Amino acid sequence: MPRYMIQVRATPMSEAGEFPDDPTLVARMMAFHEELAHAGVLLDCSGLMPSSQGFRVRYSAQGEPTVIDGPFAETKELIAGYTLIEVRSRDEALAWARRFPAPFPGQACDIEVRPLFGGMTDASPEEAARELREQLGQIRGER
Amino acid sequence: MSLPAAAEAHRAIQAVWQLEAPALVGALMRLTHDLALAEDCAQDALLAALERWPQDGLPRNPAAWLMTTAKHRALDRLRHGQVTVREQAALGLDADARHDAVAPDPLALMLADEAAPLRDEVLPLLFIACHPLLSREAQWALTLRLVGGLSVAEIARACFAQEATVAARITRAKKTLAGQPYGLPPAAERQQRLANVCTVLYLMFNEGYAAHSGPDWTRPTLCHEALRLTRMLAALCPTDSEVLALQALMELQASRLPARADAQGRPVLLMDQDRRRWDPLLRQRGLQALARAEGLAQGNPGPLLVQALLAACHARALRAEDTDWARILQLYDALLEAQPSPVVALNRAVALSQAQGPAAALPEVDRLAQALHGYPWWASARAELCTKLDRPHEALAALDLAIAWTHNEAERALLQARRAGVESRLGPAPC
Repeated sequence: MPRYMIQVRATPMSEAGEFPDDPTLVARMMAFHEELAHAGVLLDCSGLMPSSQGFRVRYSAQGEPTVIDGPFAETKELIAGYTLIEVRSRDEALAWARRFPAPFPGQACDIEVRPLFGGMTDASPEEAARELREQLGQIRGER
Repeated sequence: MSLPAAAEAHRAIQAVWQLEAPALVGALMRLTHDLALAEDCAQDALLAALERWPQDGLPRNPAAWLMTTAKHRALDRLRHGQVTVREQAALGLDADARHDAVAPDPLALMLADEAAPLRDEVLPLLFIACHPLLSREAQWALTLRLVGGLSVAEIARACFAQEATVAARITRAKKTLAGQPYGLPPAAERQQRLANVCTVLYLMFNEGYAAHSGPDWTRPTLCHEALRLTRMLAALCPTDSEVLALQALMELQASRLPARADAQGRPVLLMDQDRRRWDPLLRQRGLQALARAEGLAQGNPGPLLVQALLAACHARALRAEDTDWARILQLYDALLEAQPSPVVALNRAVALSQAQGPAAALPEVDRLAQALHGYPWWASARAELCTKLDRPHEALAALDLAIAWTHNEAERALLQARRAGVESRLGPAPC
């Protein structure tokens, strides 16, 4: 069954480690996730700490790793939380995403929904590569 | 609107409706106690949405819109005699229920009914759809229809049946259920009815996991729907050990789905599966649900918990050779005591063969020959033991039986491949 990740994109506020000034937000978020659980579609969810708490490992073209501590500047590209759902179709994922409570009331913000690649859980390297290419090929073919 | 855009809009509306379908049917059932009416009106609401939403745009609260529309349609039908008093009587509504349904101001009555959250509607629907009066096929069809919100065409595809057959099954089931009380069963019955729901969902999952007939080895839709419905049930009954055990069992078995067929769609048996392909998230969810179920059982595991513990023995073995067969044998002993059945006895014999060798298991398998006549996995297990005991002629005979007995084409291909393997080791046939 297709899996989708609903990603809550970071805002300056979330990156500053502040919480939206809306006493109903937590309750609404919890109610929504409870609804997902009761519909049998919720797999996992969590908020993420600000990028100041994280780090990156950057690879050179030669594969040399360098560790860079957060915070990171490109706020809108960062993720502040995720909800992983398993649904029957893209339409269903969209129907759920439309109900997702606005995560930062009072500010413009984005949630982004992305399908997961399916069926490659630790397959043999050759097979995983083949399946990945197949799935990507299908996407290019659809365009 | 262009054609593809219209089709896309329709699919989007259908998806919204599908999420609300159990709430719609459930609310209408509570108000009218008439399954056919409830379902027709939920359908009417979908048709209305397909007509209105592309023009007017998505309503602010689609769920409330659908509910109000469905209730209005129910009233229209009741008022305009599309459901006559006689039909209501035939449907088993007693005078009081009829009075409630067409009270002096039924509109006010119906609209005043607070929309119950979805979770309150699901359990009564599951109880009625899995009613013990219905055949297994009817239970599946009705459950998928009422709680899953699947169309008849989708159910037919999922169950490998004709659409007309499924439609007739649903109609018959509704007739059978007319007059049956709706709502949560009385406390004395509830545990039994809940066990019944679990059985229906488990069998649905199993049919999806290893299809009895047809060309395909698995029917993923059936598996996924059963898993989803069981997750719903587990969210509703978070303190019921057996319900959580069922969820654990399905998550663990579903975690193996990616490894159950090779690239050509041919079946791969448990011991031959590439375990790296097992889905780690489902495995983890299964083990978590199992831990909760075990905690709730307080040392007194029900049959589903024993089966989930069995599945966990495999899930925990990262390599096939790490499987704890002694523990599995022990669990099968417990299961056999709780639920004596020839199939469980066969599985126990297979575990015995792994734990103590094929010579110990063969007499156990042979003891089941009568009881499991016609069951392809019995013959397949016997063939396996005979092969290990270097009795190839008996193995071939058993495989021939298994091939003759199976109704699943993918399974037959697997058996034929095994037969060819045994035969090739026999060397050239004597002329």
